[in-house]
Amino acid sequence: MNLILIILIPLLTGLAILGLNEKHARTAALAGALVQLVLALVLYAAFTQERSIGNVFPILFEQQYQWFPSLGFSFHIGVDGISIAMILLTAFVVIAGVLVSWNMEKMKKEFFFFLTLLGFGAYGFFISLDLMVMFFFLEIAVIPKYLFISIWGSGNKDYSANKLALMLMGGSALILIALLGMYFSMPPELRTFDMPKLAEMNIPFSLQRWVFPLIFTGFGIFTAMFPFHTWVPDGHSSAPTAGSMFLAGISMKLGGYGCLRAATYLFPEGAHEYSSIIIILASIAIIYGAFATMMQKDLKYINAYSSISHCGFVLLGIGMLTKTAITGAVFQMVSHGLMTALFFAIIGMVYERTHTRMVADMGGLLKVMPFIITTLYIAGFASLGLPGLSGFVAEMTVFVGSWENQTFFHRAATVIACASIVVTAVYILRAVGQVSMGPLKYSSDQKDDGRWNEKWAAVILIAGILLMGLAPFWLNDLVSPGVEVITNKLAGK
Amino acid sequence: MNPTNILLIPLLPLLSFVLLGLFGKSFFKTKAGLVGCSLMLVSFIIAVVTASSYFFSTGLQNGQYQQLKPFIMPWLKFANGLVIEMGLLIDPLSMIMIFVVTFISLMVHIFSLSYMKGEERFHVYYAFLGLFTFSMLGLVLSSNIFQIYIFWELVGVSSFLLIGFFYQKSSALAAAKKAFIVTRFADLGFLIGILLLSAQAGTLDFLELISKLSTPGDTLTSALATTFMGFSALSWGLALVFMGAAGKSAMFPLHIWLPDAMEGPTPVSALIHAATMVVAGVFLVARLYPVYAFSGAGFVHFIDDIGAFTALFAAIIACTQTDIKRVLAYSTISQIGFMMFALGQVPPETNGAANLGYTASIFHLFTHAIFKALLFLGAGAVIHYVHSNEMKDMGGLRKKMPVTHAMFLLACLAIAGIPPFAGFFSKEEILLAAWENNPTIFWMALVTSGLTAFYMFRLYFSIFWNKEPEGHHHHEKEGDIFLLAPLVILGIGTVVAGFVPFSQLVSADRKPFETELHLQFSIAPVVVGLTGILLASWMYRKHSAVPENLARNMGGFYKAAKNKFYIDELWLGFTKGVLFNLIAKPAAWFDRNIVDGMVKATGSGMEWISYRIRGVQSGKVQQYGLFFLFGIIIIVSVYLFKNVPWR
Amino acid sequence: MMEPGLYHLLVIGALLFFTGIYGFFTRRNMISMLMSIELMLNSVNINFIAFNKYLWPDTLGGTFFTVFVIAIAAAEAAVALAIIINLYRSHQSINVEVAEEMKY
Repeated sequence: MNLILIILIPLLTGLAILGLNEKHARTAALAGALVQLVLALVLYAAFTQERSIGNVFPILFEQQYQWFPSLGFSFHIGVDGISIAMILLTAFVVIAGVLVSWNMEKMKKEFFFFLTLLGFGAYGFFISLDLMVMFFFLEIAVIPKYLFISIWGSGNKDYSANKLALMLMGGSALILIALLGMYFSMPPELRTFDMPKLAEMNIPFSLQRWVFPLIFTGFGIFTAMFPFHTWVPDGHSSAPTAGSMFLAGISMKLGGYGCLRAATYLFPEGAHEYSSIIIILASIAIIYGAFATMMQKDLKYINAYSSISHCGFVLLGIGMLTKTAITGAVFQMVSHGLMTALFFAIIGMVYERTHTRMVADMGGLLKVMPFIITTLYIAGFASLGLPGLSGFVAEMTVFVGSWENQTFFHRAATVIACASIVVTAVYILRAVGQVSMGPLKYSSDQKDDGRWNEKWAAVILIAGILLMGLAPFWLNDLVSPGVEVITNKLAGK
Repeated sequence: MNPTNILLIPLLPLLSFVLLGLFGKSFFKTKAGLVGCSLMLVSFIIAVVTASSYFFSTGLQNGQYQQLKPFIMPWLKFANGLVIEMGLLIDPLSMIMIFVVTFISLMVHIFSLSYMKGEERFHVYYAFLGLFTFSMLGLVLSSNIFQIYIFWELVGVSSFLLIGFFYQKSSALAAAKKAFIVTRFADLGFLIGILLLSAQAGTLDFLELISKLSTPGDTLTSALATTFMGFSALSWGLALVFMGAAGKSAMFPLHIWLPDAMEGPTPVSALIHAATMVVAGVFLVARLYPVYAFSGAGFVHFIDDIGAFTALFAAIIACTQTDIKRVLAYSTISQIGFMMFALGQVPPETNGAANLGYTASIFHLFTHAIFKALLFLGAGAVIHYVHSNEMKDMGGLRKKMPVTHAMFLLACLAIAGIPPFAGFFSKEEILLAAWENNPTIFWMALVTSGLTAFYMFRLYFSIFWNKEPEGHHHHEKEGDIFLLAPLVILGIGTVVAGFVPFSQLVSADRKPFETELHLQFSIAPVVVGLTGILLASWMYRKHSAVPENLARNMGGFYKAAKNKFYIDELWLGFTKGVLFNLIAKPAAWFDRNIVDGMVKATGSGMEWISYRIRGVQSGKVQQYGLFFLFGIIIIVSVYLFKNVPWR
Repeated sequence: MMEPGLYHLLVIGALLFFTGIYGFFTRRNMISMLMSIELMLNSVNINFIAFNKYLWPDTLGGTFFTVFVIAIAAAEAAVALAIIINLYRSHQSINVEVAEEMKY
């Protein structure tokens, strides 16, 4: 399977959208997203096929082209199980995003172009094996977000767009500084940005101990690491529906993936050095994000703050450094990506009908929009970790993995993280219950349920959530060999 | 033992959930109820066949019932060797439970055909019933402690959905939320307990876990040795698991959700909040019984005290409530208290041998499920008839609802412990077990059973005797066949269930043993029960001023009991005061003002600096030229004088 | 009568250059500024010619460069005058400090 296709399709889709007229932009975007979904599934099938015939090489479908030989970076791509999980997630979220924005009125062409471009950045990020290529795609996935919010956003959008772009750029800057610093502090003959090569090298501890925190913090900003998380509520609440879906569903996962791939994997000694700090910050994010969510009144703020709490599980899993916990972190990335995208999609649909996002102004909507509200319940239950849905699998894996560490410190952090499941239940049920139940607060009592595009968007995401929640073993089989490579490196093997 | 057949027992209700959930509205419409009922009927028949073939032919080998695992599927393998499996564990406990669950569920399915007729979301109701029944069956058949947690959560959520079924009532929303959150809080303990126990035993499988943690060996020694705050890891684990059990089974102080849960449709209360889900806690403790009783952690006496206290406490409150479903709810709490403390009656010397307390507890679970379901369904029929939950709107209904009246009376006699009805036998065994082990508990239980008889007959007389309330004249029929048939079937069950030779079927070590009826021991409880009934009859059979006078004379105590001893208010104060005002609000404020404030400060700091230095960027081309010139001059002079001596 | 040498030409060039610089920095009239720039360019031309004539008389590099500069200066003057005319149209003035809309 040629991995170039994975980034070529969105690129071609984007160009097609630019070339077509306003009316057909959305059709092209949908077609591109569909092809990409099929392609992602084919990639998954091809990958498992390779594995089943006994190819145990950790990275498959590798390709390498010279790009900037003088600066030591090459266009090196390849996938392992973790990347494939992420690519599948991206494909699901992008197609749902296109469907949700089907009736977009303003500047359609540009909208779908940027949406596709974001997808392009994310796919490229997940398949790249060279740090600089990874960085390149990371930036591609940041810039359109600024435009997304400032053109199609709502509320305090300029402020939010600036804040988001600046904080994410700050994160990128940290990463770039660390990468260049790492590059130039190595002897000239060893200088490289190539991840497999770097992984084989023994990078001296003195270098790891300052490169690791920079890269980890840089990617940590993307994944809402406390205390660099404040772009999350503002950015998500101002973004258009598809933008929020992409932002929370994929963009925050870029950070988690980067923390895992670029920081923890390449700088294992640094990871050991800073693991306790990561755990502390992650625990704070989990419980503090959950409590802060309790006081929010706007549905989008609720979901944004809960994202902070949920992404804390990703960082906690990575910080715990056990194989189970890191697997759990990957699970949580996939799970959170799907459920938060679903949540934002539903919020968008509800907002379109009620013209408010304030929880207190809604009530009893189950009567007028049964499908949408049922979906909201599914998203809510996934968020509070109901078994059978994806959140449960991810959280439990993180908990079990964290508990493996025997010290009091690790266990206390785990207990704190566990406690968040109660707080999550409180805020989810408060919000979802208020919106769906109680006396009807709506302009009419006629049914105004989801349209075909909204229903399909929801169905696609719910399918992902159920698949992961009911049959976690396939994801486990996909992801754990990839995680094992990382943990072996962590264990110094 | 064909595993496919056993798998069908939980999967048929699941099928009902999926079918009705997806196609209920478009395809089945009003037939939804029949679909649910027929699937449930098949499931029940398979359950009966399975259970009877287990008990009467295949199960007993060499004088002991086998523990079988006919089906195991790894669901999620953790890297550290722990595996969550989806499996079936067949032993006397699970067999009794599948019988109870499918039986009561079937009765409720049938009853609801009439009770819920004409509801807008009729199909959704049946879908949820299917989901609940599936989860509950999954729970009782679990072979893995994590599997039980999974289904534990699922029954919680089905309970949430069903309590909130009448979603347009704000009180239903509040009750559903409360039920879910309180039990979730308890489940937190359960989850951490699972993590602790599984880390000690190195497995999640029930049988391995139990054998490792209850037989002396390396695992047990290390589990007992590791201490945190003065208790061993095992004690902590057991206490935390018990916290989960206490939450589900509404033990004090986590009982507050159950009375509110009565907001749900009455058949649901019968199924979930009386017969099956609320006894999940008892089931869990019974499942881990060897660990609780024989591990040496010494935790079992705590269960004892909690159970006995809850039984008495809830019985007192039940005497003062006026909403008939709430009376029944407190009565449920009280009866579960009985089951719980019965489990705690471990004679120190028996060491796992025939144990009356365990058998009595499960026996009571069994009989209680039947007569309490009957009480709730009877109450449902009454509510259906008078359209009110309040006692004051009822009275004199015995002539208008003869069938309901007769069946309700049977159930009241059973719960009051009057021979020969079911409750008499099971309660007798519990009291006997308590008498032999812990006389204090015995006396508490005796008082409680007197109170039980009193409040149940207070309920009975207020509904069916007393005087008719003014302005209410009902002349409708009592109900159709679907409403009455389950009542009659359960009524028959109430009469015969007590004669089941339960100790032959279920015991702690799975070895059948004989229990004999000590007639002279039975005198005291029966007399106490009769006294309660007579007292209630004197006070409530005819309308009289006695109850009001008594209430006035009791003063503060009556008021406190009527207000449920203010436990709800304490919890509310805790959540509002501590969680919301002391933690959540400051957290949100801190986030908006301090953390985000730092971000904003960085931004405005930058702005301030650039405002200061923006004069450099004057836009005057000549100024730029001048800077340029001086720049050139400096660079050139550095270049020219770079060989100056001081360099 | 003294034969003018390289030295004299360089002095003239320097004088012209600094006159241009002075004019450029002090005048606010854009035409004057343009003229000052022309002065500077021409002083450079003088230098080129002078060096060409006195140091490398048998090459033509300096002369070529001078022609080149004159051509560039002509183009530059055309562009600059166009800007100035437009500025005058919109602001009724050719004072550099009038056009400050895009400042800061």
